[in-house]
Amino acid sequence: MKKVIAALGLALALAGTVQAADADPLNSSRWPDLQREYLNDAPVAFDPRIEVLAPKVAEDSMNVPVTVRLKGLPDVKRVLVIADFNPIVKVLDFQPLLAQPGLSFRIKLQQASPIRALVQTGDGNWLAGGVWVDAAGGGCTAPSTGRSAPDWAQKLNQVQGRVWRDGQNQRVRLRIMHPMDTGLAPGIPAFFIEQLAIVDDKGDAMLKLETFEPLSENPVFSFDLPDTGAVALRVVGRDNNGNRIDAKVQP
Amino acid sequence: MMARLLAALVAFALSVAAPAAAPFDYRLKPEKIADDTWVLIGSTEDITRGNGGNIVNTAFVVTKEGVVVIDSGPSRRYGEQMRAAIARVTDKPVVRVFNTHHHPDHFLGNQAYADVPIAALPATRAGERDDGGAFADNMYRMAGDWASGTEPQVAQQDVKPGRLTVGGHEFELIALEGHTAGDLAILDHRTGVLFAGDLVFLDRAPTTPHASVQRWLKSLDALAALGAKKTLPGHGPVHAGSAGIEQTRDWLKWLDQTLMQSAANGLDMAEVMRLPLPERFERMPLARSEFERSVTHLYGAYELRALDSVALPVLQQK
Ligand SMILES: [Zn+2]
Repeated sequence: MKKVIAALGLALALAGTVQAADADPLNSSRWPDLQREYLNDAPVAFDPRIEVLAPKVAEDSMNVPVTVRLKGLPDVKRVLVIADFNPIVKVLDFQPLLAQPGLSFRIKLQQASPIRALVQTGDGNWLAGGVWVDAAGGGCTAPSTGRSAPDWAQKLNQVQGRVWRDGQNQRVRLRIMHPMDTGLAPGIPAFFIEQLAIVDDKGDAMLKLETFEPLSENPVFSFDLPDTGAVALRVVGRDNNGNRIDAKVQP
Repeated sequence: MMARLLAALVAFALSVAAPAAAPFDYRLKPEKIADDTWVLIGSTEDITRGNGGNIVNTAFVVTKEGVVVIDSGPSRRYGEQMRAAIARVTDKPVVRVFNTHHHPDHFLGNQAYADVPIAALPATRAGERDDGGAFADNMYRMAGDWASGTEPQVAQQDVKPGRLTVGGHEFELIALEGHTAGDLAILDHRTGVLFAGDLVFLDRAPTTPHASVQRWLKSLDALAALGAKKTLPGHGPVHAGSAGIEQTRDWLKWLDQTLMQSAANGLDMAEVMRLPLPERFERMPLARSEFERSVTHLYGAYELRALDSVALPVLQQK
């Protein structure tokens, strides 16, 4: 049945070129509600310049890789990522500031669902792109695996990171040790990173994001920033229990 | 209009998904590949409601003392129909079953051999025990009613590596690993046929959900040294020579290189999944989807090594 829905989504995506700009090319029954809830019913244009890369099938529903790629879209202020059929829909809310508006991360997926990037540009307009991912299920209600390791609490919020510079741009990859508990597994309250930013040596934010429960355990991110030379980047943030993240990533 | 389109599409999809007239008949036709040696060749597809999971190769050897079965297939129905197919070839009883490894398409037919000793490597038996239930559920999800009534029947005996003679056939039982934690290869010295299990794929992209690429490559070296006359891969055609070993090795080395380089270049998983396939693999069945799956299975470890290999950035929390 999921395949049917996915096929249907594709069929409608093809048909979408001749439909009104705000018809959902992914044909998700949740979309009208989500549009109301997250965008206040603002009109949304589905734009092929917004690409969401993800596998067709979630081989590991605890770690579904997602890359949001925005090609030639100027003046992006916000990228809101949602998964329609997840019990917790909101994945992250990204303000690129100086960074390129694309990013990569991994999510837990409870069942087959569209994964969407809702993009707001400087003029206040919303654009969107997305993709269906089929999933075997269980991604959100399973407990995190790292909690069984004895030292998980000591490693909490530790950051591993690396920077790839090419003179113009630098790619920053981060892994942050955190269980990212959704609160949906029996007896385990929600415990997740809420805020994250990369700041320069003066403490000014280069990018910011709010993050939510569906991000995978020990989340991994990739960002693309302008090359700032041999200056260490600082990663700051906190989880919903007030534990701080603060680390330097050397160039 | 929309509702009608939807109804039409759903009807179409269901008609495609429904199996053809004869209900759940795998149409197993044993093919003789050497003296006393028969194989059942599955398709090189993914498991679907159309093929019922018959995507795997199984085999049996008719010895003087009875029939030795190598792998029992993806479902109870397959096992039963395989046993019926054996009975059409010989009236000798099945005396022994081997499971080459714990993947569902290779052992979920065990129920049909409940009265026969079933043997597997210890790691395989453990895998059947731990993952069998989830595998059977997943088989049902993918193959539908073909798999109804299928329950994991764990092999009761450990395979002891070494020579085992049954009815004049001297079998070499070879304990290897890499495709999974326990991969049994069987060489029949009498015929020179190698039953390679999923250590060898040919013209079908290898799968890696429980793989260790480095160990798998070592196991391929061990298989190559056997110099078998004919090889039955776990998936793909029977062949003379070492084409399957070489192609599997080629794929694994390419996979290893690609993942290592991608991690060194700072790519994220979904980006790696989009990388172009080399021309020689482009037309191989399931190459793209198995590559995507392999990225999910394996990339995390490469990525961690790439992040770890730089000492400085690993900083303590304040
Ligand atoms: Zn296998």
